[in-house]
Amino acid sequence: MIDARGLVKRFGTVTAVDGVSFNAPDGRITGLLGPNGAGKSTTLRMLYTVLAPDGGEAWIDGTSVLTAPLEARRRMGVLPSGAGLYPHLTARENILYFASLHGMARSEARARAEELIGQLEMREFADRAAKGFSQGERVKTALARALVHHPRNVLLDEPTNGLDVMAVRTLRGLLRRLRDQGHCILFSSHVMQEVAALCDTVVVIAHGKVAAHGAPDELRAQAGTESLEEAFVRLVGIEDAQSASEAGIRP
Amino acid sequence: MKPRNAIWRVFRKEFRENLRDRRSLITALIVGPVLMPALFAALLSIGIHHGRTQSTRPVHLAVAHAGRAPHLLSFLHQYGVRTVDVETNRTGARLLVERLHRPLIYVSRGFGVRLAAGRPASLRLYANESNRSEQGALERVDRLVEAYGGEIARLRLVARGLNPLLLTPIALHPVDISTPQSRSVLVLGGLGYVILLTMMMGGLYLAIDATAGERERGSLEPLLTLPVEREQLVYGKTLAAGAMMLVSLALTVSGFDVMLQHVGLARLGMSVDLGPAGVVAIVLECAPLIPLGAALMTLVASFTRSYREAQTYVSLIVFIPTMPLMFASILGLRSSLPLMAVPFLSQQFLIMSVLRAEPLPASYTLVSVGVTLVSAAALIWLAGRLYRRERLLG
Repeated sequence: MIDARGLVKRFGTVTAVDGVSFNAPDGRITGLLGPNGAGKSTTLRMLYTVLAPDGGEAWIDGTSVLTAPLEARRRMGVLPSGAGLYPHLTARENILYFASLHGMARSEARARAEELIGQLEMREFADRAAKGFSQGERVKTALARALVHHPRNVLLDEPTNGLDVMAVRTLRGLLRRLRDQGHCILFSSHVMQEVAALCDTVVVIAHGKVAAHGAPDELRAQAGTESLEEAFVRLVGIEDAQSASEAGIRP
Repeated sequence: MKPRNAIWRVFRKEFRENLRDRRSLITALIVGPVLMPALFAALLSIGIHHGRTQSTRPVHLAVAHAGRAPHLLSFLHQYGVRTVDVETNRTGARLLVERLHRPLIYVSRGFGVRLAAGRPASLRLYANESNRSEQGALERVDRLVEAYGGEIARLRLVARGLNPLLLTPIALHPVDISTPQSRSVLVLGGLGYVILLTMMMGGLYLAIDATAGERERGSLEPLLTLPVEREQLVYGKTLAAGAMMLVSLALTVSGFDVMLQHVGLARLGMSVDLGPAGVVAIVLECAPLIPLGAALMTLVASFTRSYREAQTYVSLIVFIPTMPLMFASILGLRSSLPLMAVPFLSQQFLIMSVLRAEPLPASYTLVSVGVTLVSAAALIWLAGRLYRRERLLG
């Protein structure tokens, strides 16, 4: 379970995240939806302890990211956006390295890597050096690496970016399976179809603030529109709605 | 997980990955240990060969109007100078020197007459002084003509009933007290510099790849989400860079040992007998520099914006520690206790003392090792502190 309360992050004079609060429960897929630059990545980065918030607090399974970051990290599997691999290591070695830094025993790590390679359909390239991987192969490897320690909470920043249809389907299948096993899944996206297809709960973020929070149906009802897209455009506010209408989308 | 385990695991991965990086391997294992000694050997052999042939080779000399100075010519022939007679005037002489690649003596008209009259008789000696191979010949001809003049002067004194020793007011006898080892050091002055430089180069690519490279590839952010303190990541990376430097250092010193055995320094009356004990001594004395250099490179590479930028800055950093060496060699500094507190310079002194077979006091070694290790600890601590900053993600 992930709990964020009034998270604030400033870069110089710009306030990127301005008091974001939400709750992502276990056994649910929660989507952070918002236009580019809304503060989704920054929010996630504060949750996975790479950035320190300037205000607010967050807990992973009740563990504070501020006071016990190492313990919080143990409870998270993280796929940052554009996550890179070690080019001279094979996919399997990339996974095993992260397992070793989670303190896993070698035999346990090997078994788990093998299991993930099967689940994510990685057999073909598992023992090739990561240097020449396609985007899909890279994301799968990075995802396996993030899941190697059986994290209760899984955080993914724009995980479907650059993936083809088949890879996206594999990823969705995996995330649903993890949800059904009771994991807490939190992912960010700026693609509405993505969120509509996958999420149980949507947190709409605009200008560093939570614009709306609820199930896709609730959001449609809240905005009084038929499609989630229109609901989104109404919810993110006037300025973004204007820029969206200039792009040919009527609110 | 214990902190020590995390450091060890980071180290193991960085080291192993680096062993698969061809560019890094070539720098650490080929350029330093093989290419540098080979280059040195080539330079030394050329020097030795050149020096030897110059002093034994007969001097070739062109002479214009040889008939005007028959005695001078037979004097030169006595001392192994081979002459060819040429027909030319003064302007032609220049061209001839260019073409023949040998000095030319032009005997002036009236040479014999002036000589007989006791007035300075003039010779013109044409040579291309910018040509190194002509320089040796020129010096010998110069000395021989001088000696010939001296002979004549003494004969004149005798003819006038004066003691020829009047012309020798001072007898200077240079006494060379250099040992074969110390003479070799003159030739091998650059060796310590090259050893320290290649040691630094050994860890260069790993240091850059593990920091700036890691960030540029986007693998740093996932790494920072692991339950490991950031300091331990830096320590592991620094350790791995240090391990590469140690390998490079040991191989380079061994490479130079092999090289020194095969280059005929003995023919110059020099000897540098490093041997296994000397190799071990040099490696041990330079070893404290490894954590210092590794931390320095890791620190600098961590705070550049890209791999390329890191390459530029770290390459400069590799040269900065060698600055004291250049100052010392320009100023002709000798080892002293305060100077042993300067990292890199003190190691240079220690290397030279092994090469010269002139041991320095134990206190010197202690100061060198102590100061170097303390600076290394400070830099590693600093690198760890800076890794906590958010700016690290770039």
